[in-house]
Amino acid sequence: MLSFIARRLGLLIPTFFGVTLLTFALIRLIPGDPVEVMMGERRVDPEMHAQAMERLGLNKPLYQQYFDYIGQLASGNLGESLRSRESVWNEFLTLFPATVELALAALLFAGTLGLIAGVVAALKRGTPLDHGVMSIALTGYSMPIFWWGLLLIMFFSVGLGWTPVSGRIDLLYDIPPVTGFMLIDTLLSDEPGAFVDALRHLILPAIVLGTIPLAVIARMTRSAMLEVLREDYIRTARAKGLSPTRVVFVHGLRNALIPVLTVFGLQVGTLLAGAVLTETIFSWPGIGKWLIEAIGARDYPVVQNGILLIACLVILVNFTVDILYGLANPRIRHQK
Amino acid sequence: MRMSPLCKALLTAGLLTSASFAHANNLVYCSEGSPGGFDPGQYTTGTDFDAASETIFNRLAEFERGGTKAQPSLASSWDISEDGLTYTFHLREGVKFHSTDYFKPTRDFNADDVLFTYQRMLDRNHPFRQAYPSEFPYFTDMGLDKNIAKIEKTDDMTVVFTLNAVDAAFVQNLAMSFAAIHSAEYADQLLKAGKAAEINQKPIGTGPFVFSRYQKDAVIRFKGNTQYWAPEQVKIDNLIFSINTDASVRAQKLRAGECHVTLNPRPADLQSLQADKNLNVPTEPGYNVGYIAYNVTRAPFDKREVRQALDMAVNKAAIIDAVYQGAGQLAVNGMPPTQWSYDESIKDAAYDPEKAKELLKAAGVKEGTEITLWAMPVQRPYNPNARLMAEMLQNDWAKVGIKARIVSYEWGEYIKRAHAGEHDAMLIGWTGDNGDPDNWLGTLYGCASVDGNNFSKWCDSEYDKLVVAAKRVTDQEQRSELYRQAQVVLKREVPITPIAHSTVYQPMRSSVKGFQISPFGRNSFIGVSND
Repeated sequence: MLSFIARRLGLLIPTFFGVTLLTFALIRLIPGDPVEVMMGERRVDPEMHAQAMERLGLNKPLYQQYFDYIGQLASGNLGESLRSRESVWNEFLTLFPATVELALAALLFAGTLGLIAGVVAALKRGTPLDHGVMSIALTGYSMPIFWWGLLLIMFFSVGLGWTPVSGRIDLLYDIPPVTGFMLIDTLLSDEPGAFVDALRHLILPAIVLGTIPLAVIARMTRSAMLEVLREDYIRTARAKGLSPTRVVFVHGLRNALIPVLTVFGLQVGTLLAGAVLTETIFSWPGIGKWLIEAIGARDYPVVQNGILLIACLVILVNFTVDILYGLANPRIRHQK
Repeated sequence: MRMSPLCKALLTAGLLTSASFAHANNLVYCSEGSPGGFDPGQYTTGTDFDAASETIFNRLAEFERGGTKAQPSLASSWDISEDGLTYTFHLREGVKFHSTDYFKPTRDFNADDVLFTYQRMLDRNHPFRQAYPSEFPYFTDMGLDKNIAKIEKTDDMTVVFTLNAVDAAFVQNLAMSFAAIHSAEYADQLLKAGKAAEINQKPIGTGPFVFSRYQKDAVIRFKGNTQYWAPEQVKIDNLIFSINTDASVRAQKLRAGECHVTLNPRPADLQSLQADKNLNVPTEPGYNVGYIAYNVTRAPFDKREVRQALDMAVNKAAIIDAVYQGAGQLAVNGMPPTQWSYDESIKDAAYDPEKAKELLKAAGVKEGTEITLWAMPVQRPYNPNARLMAEMLQNDWAKVGIKARIVSYEWGEYIKRAHAGEHDAMLIGWTGDNGDPDNWLGTLYGCASVDGNNFSKWCDSEYDKLVVAAKRVTDQEQRSELYRQAQVVLKREVPITPIAHSTVYQPMRSSVKGFQISPFGRNSFIGVSND
């Protein structure tokens, strides 16, 4: 097992360097430097430009800038944002909990509804209910997040007034950030009603972000269930006289869950990608919005290190999944 | 409709929220983005200035609310020497810097604060700048780094600026948002603590609102300054900036009552906003101009007749309908009509494709001549849709036998290549900085700007003499006359075709009183209340 973990760890190093090189190169391929972008249509004074480029270390040859960057990373320094001049790590820590909170809420929504919809569709296979559920799932999968978000805002927030339009909490509540997770921070604060208000703010963004994973999970659950329900052990369970509920949930769903859980893991990437748009629509102060604005401002350290941190997270999740698979399945563990 | 208990509970929480919101005089402003920081000198955008300059800070002089005239602020008056080279500012007595949990001032505002603010921008070796290296792009862009020869304090409440050359717009420049006055005492405290960078994160000023807290991409909180030197102007207890980058979402939030004032609505949202009984949507002619710049260093635009021909081939009325969706005013001159010294007697050339064809023929331009027409890749206040505008121009010019190929680059690259003069004709524009005619007629079309913002690369000695002379005299009547003459030359020589001045809309809840649209696009809440 140890050599398996070592092998997997060994693979992480080139992946890490690959990510640093890619983000470093990609952001610099976009024309315009941070000073020019800041000046817009205004004249850029050459002296001031040179001075700023020197201060930011952007006047050095590219390879040197890259080595400086790697050196900085090696010493645990993620640099500071060119625009706000705040440490990138601090900004990430401030914004990341908002994204995690939203992603978890979306996953909870997608997981719960997706499993129910998938099981129902499988049990009622070929009926209008099955077709209905699957059509809705397909529609959800094809829905552009931007349009879907605005549609929900127009209907529920402006039309019915049930949910707030955007943000994480009503700005009347001045909740000091402790953990960065609004639901937890509101509970820690002694503001009455703040928790419920934060929850209300979470509903629409979680639905919007969870729609695509919901559709994927529902379809996956349906097909996995259909497969499992055809198995001999299900027939045996039924023949034994077990109740239909027990057959479906204990013997059926439990076995069907294995491929569904894999899909859950894969949805982490989708959620982070979707968060970029969802955060923009709902003015949700997370890392997606942060990165989009940093790209626009050519804020190199934020783009490089923000993406690097997300990549590390995805690498870590995959690494953990690999190890868990290894633990669960000796055949994977012993593969060379 | 039947409602579940959960739904009811949620709604009740919402109502409670709105009810308690009514107690204090709060105002939520839906802003368009996060500021880079709170040290205005380092920044150039309205987002940064609204969040710091217009709230936390004051300048020596400030623009009148809703206007372009500079009036006394931290300087209660000033004298200008006869040669126009020395400005003596008499500072306002009894002005207090903000007292916060990170700084408690021990003295009132005085000349040391003015010296610190300006010396830091002027002197690269200033101790504060050594500790916290920064550039001051707007200060440099307005030429103040070169033109200020020295700044002296003659007593605690008097500061003298000596200039290298007469600049009639000098006070206007000092009224711009970047010139926010910092506290020298606070700067000393930061320097001693080795925390100079905090000047950008924990600001201290004398302005109408005191910085309270900033959560990136979410909210900026300010408290009304109870010790403000003009107390009647602070009518809000809590000013809250709710940061929302998407214009449609801002509009929905305003309609839902989640914010009280917002900015830059999309033309598509205007109708629904104007129809809402709970909202007001005041409007002002924009202090901007969108125009076509012809590169006069390249054939065929080196010939005046060609520029004239293309100018009269442009169907401006159709462009204003389609591109500005009616929210624009046809532009005749190179600056907006709200700018003093604007010459109203100048008339636009009539839209006349037939005459344009004749002119082109006389100039020896063959039918089917190809040119490049550059279209900006971004939406700007003066041009909401450059691509569409370019396509309409392409169509207009095709009718007179000119084949325009539309070219677009990423915004930074677009400007860089345009500075290098790679274009034939390009779409560009400008929003006024300081309320002075030179900021249009000198900055955009003068010889000194040929390598800068003069995208026509046009340098006409008759025109240039007039704008240079106008900058060197301080009498406004005299200046107006010179600028009027310059506008006649500009219209005659056609280095540009002015298209439109976009109209500014500022949607707000009807409970908001006293808000005035700034020609410079600033959003200031001084003198504003929310009843």
